[in-house]
Amino acid sequence: MKLEIGNILIKDVQFGDKTEVKNATLFVNQKELAEIAGNDDRIKSVEVFLARPGESVRIIPVKDAIEPRVKVEGDGGIFPGFMTGVEQVGSGRTHVLKGAAVITTGRIVGFQEGIVDMSGTGAEYTPFSKTQNVVLKVEPVDGIKQHEHELVVRLAGFRAANYLGEAGKEVKPDEVKTYETKPLLQQAAEFPNLPKVAYVYMLQTQGLLHNTYYYGVDVAEIVPTFMYPTEIMDGAIVSGNCVSACDKNPTYIHCNSPVIMDLYEEHGKTINFLGCVITNENVTLQDKERSSNMTAKLIEFLGAEAVIISEEGFGNPDADLVMNCNKIEGKGIKTVLITDEYAGQDGGSQSLADSTPLGNACVTAGNANQVVVLPPMDTIIGYPEVANLIAGGWEGSLRPDGSIEAEIQVITSATNELGFGFLTAKTA
Amino acid sequence: MPRIVHYINQFFAQIGGEEKADIKPEKRDGFVGPGQALNAALGGAGEIVGTVICGDSYFNENLEAVSKEVLEMIRSFKPDIVVVGPGFNAGRYGMACGAVAKIVDEELNIPVVGGLYEENPGLEIYKRHGYFVATGNSAASMRTAMPAMAEIVKKLIAGETPTEGYVLKGLRQNYFAPERGSKRAVNMLLKKIKGEEFVTEYPMPVFDRVDPQPAVKDMRKARVALVSSGGPVPKGNPDRIEASSASKFGKYSLVDIVDLDSTNGETAHGGYDPVYANEDLDRVLPIDVIKEMVAAGQIGSLHDFWYSTTGNGTSVANSKQFAKEIAEELLRDDVDCVILTST
Repeated sequence: MKLEIGNILIKDVQFGDKTEVKNATLFVNQKELAEIAGNDDRIKSVEVFLARPGESVRIIPVKDAIEPRVKVEGDGGIFPGFMTGVEQVGSGRTHVLKGAAVITTGRIVGFQEGIVDMSGTGAEYTPFSKTQNVVLKVEPVDGIKQHEHELVVRLAGFRAANYLGEAGKEVKPDEVKTYETKPLLQQAAEFPNLPKVAYVYMLQTQGLLHNTYYYGVDVAEIVPTFMYPTEIMDGAIVSGNCVSACDKNPTYIHCNSPVIMDLYEEHGKTINFLGCVITNENVTLQDKERSSNMTAKLIEFLGAEAVIISEEGFGNPDADLVMNCNKIEGKGIKTVLITDEYAGQDGGSQSLADSTPLGNACVTAGNANQVVVLPPMDTIIGYPEVANLIAGGWEGSLRPDGSIEAEIQVITSATNELGFGFLTAKTA
Repeated sequence: MPRIVHYINQFFAQIGGEEKADIKPEKRDGFVGPGQALNAALGGAGEIVGTVICGDSYFNENLEAVSKEVLEMIRSFKPDIVVVGPGFNAGRYGMACGAVAKIVDEELNIPVVGGLYEENPGLEIYKRHGYFVATGNSAASMRTAMPAMAEIVKKLIAGETPTEGYVLKGLRQNYFAPERGSKRAVNMLLKKIKGEEFVTEYPMPVFDRVDPQPAVKDMRKARVALVSSGGPVPKGNPDRIEASSASKFGKYSLVDIVDLDSTNGETAHGGYDPVYANEDLDRVLPIDVIKEMVAAGQIGSLHDFWYSTTGNGTSVANSKQFAKEIAEELLRDDVDCVILTST
């Protein structure tokens, strides 16, 4: 499977009469975007805002971030199973408005939504302070239950991102990159002397607002399966969860899945990147045992010699991470794990809920309990008072001057476990 | 000039040995004993403005009260930095140095510098509260200990965070790495494949395991309590227990409750969709069923309160502390067994 990614670099975002890309600026027809995003009987209102890097703007509570993309050649469309049919994606050509993002906000759904600050301390911790953001404030009709509220806002974000992505369909990209993974036997034969590496991509599926979807299927319902790495670049995996903001994987990051990108970087040079196994993080012991058994089996089946395993979330999924590690190492296959830590506000507590001596190669995305003070912002898009409610905040987190004292857990993607950020931790 | 306060014991204050180990805390202006060497090693970067002295036995026998007394004496000098010891391998002196470090760290929130032998029990207990230089095991190593401690003090005075020259506090500290996490993972994997040396970013902990208690022989005679980390609280969450990273637990009377529903209970937990818990909190805390079982004589009796916190993201250290306090209350009420619900 071979995919060309055409990156159209976006350096500014502005409202305009027509939605289009001109001179590295994304112009957005505010009214048209609001109508398309709001095209759902369960939505009462959609407001559209812009938030650019360096501005004194806070977005709270942030639900998801989505990158505008469009399919130019090849089967299917972006976000199969939601926005299009379930054609197999990941081949042909896809254009990306690189540097732009759709951010969804609105009344809080669950406790676990995030903060994106466009400047100040908070901006250092979130990747979405560096993107030109089109912010949708989506309010559903009254009386809607939490899980339906989450779905409605998720779909509105996808409609908005795909609408914006269309603006890049006819634009000549600033750069084109090609990613290719061949059918297994051919791929193995292509670089016979390089170590064969695969990626175990763990997806948050604890249920009750903790869901991730693959081609529209709730991943809690699947047994682990193979995936061509390029599929994610067309939105095969999307986020549908309200897990703590710091370490849930927004749809934007799935589309740019950093382990996949960095393994491709080494593909054919130092390693032979065979592909991915996606697996879930279900809550029952039987599910955990089954999924980790299957995952280890599929990795063996691929003939991989070494894997990277990334986690999503914390606590309960630490058990899945440890089971995957033990069973894959148990087959003589080397592992590197990516996780984050909950070591307490003073950093003195143990960081994970489960542990294994075989997990001797571990990358950490930092201690999510670290407390920071986010300065007041001139403009707030959303509802600042939820700082007192969301995971990582407490009663009084929002201070009278508009600053917020909270754990970095509240900051969207601060400790991303796909390895998207630079934060880490050491013992001092 | 940055102000330093020095804590030492009766021996190093040249008051006396074991026979004077019971002296009460006292304070003096300026340096005393080994403080002279410290002051000299600082070379004018800072100054010892006061010294607090206590007998080792007296300190350890009255730990809590003396800690507070010593704290007030230290506070009276308005210090920027506190230095304790060095205590070498002296057990009681090491514990006193550590206890002073702890209370200064927690109450004054200023840096503490000390010196202890690596096997001094005070080091393991209190190292997180100060920058402790690893010293020799006896006062013979004073010549090397004091300059090493002075180096740390000078760094702190210069506004720097010491990164070496002390026993690591064991606290996880965030920082931004030059490469993103995924790239670091790929690099680590390449090294692991080649059999080259690599350094894990998080050494996995060794867990303590709790052995299950023997089964209760006769539930008809047992006194039962309900404890939950699923966040069940009275409607309105009166104690404002956090949705995640709980800093406290709540204690609520269940005497007047027969059945939980949407009018009298809810969950504070942020880790799951609360709809079903908020509709009927018995799903998380089964008060209805357990009261029926008590009425039917299947369970002996019920403790009058339930205890609740949110397990979501709550540190193991906090959880241990909550458990200790809850367990003490349960023991006082002769509770035989606990139904511990989570989510």
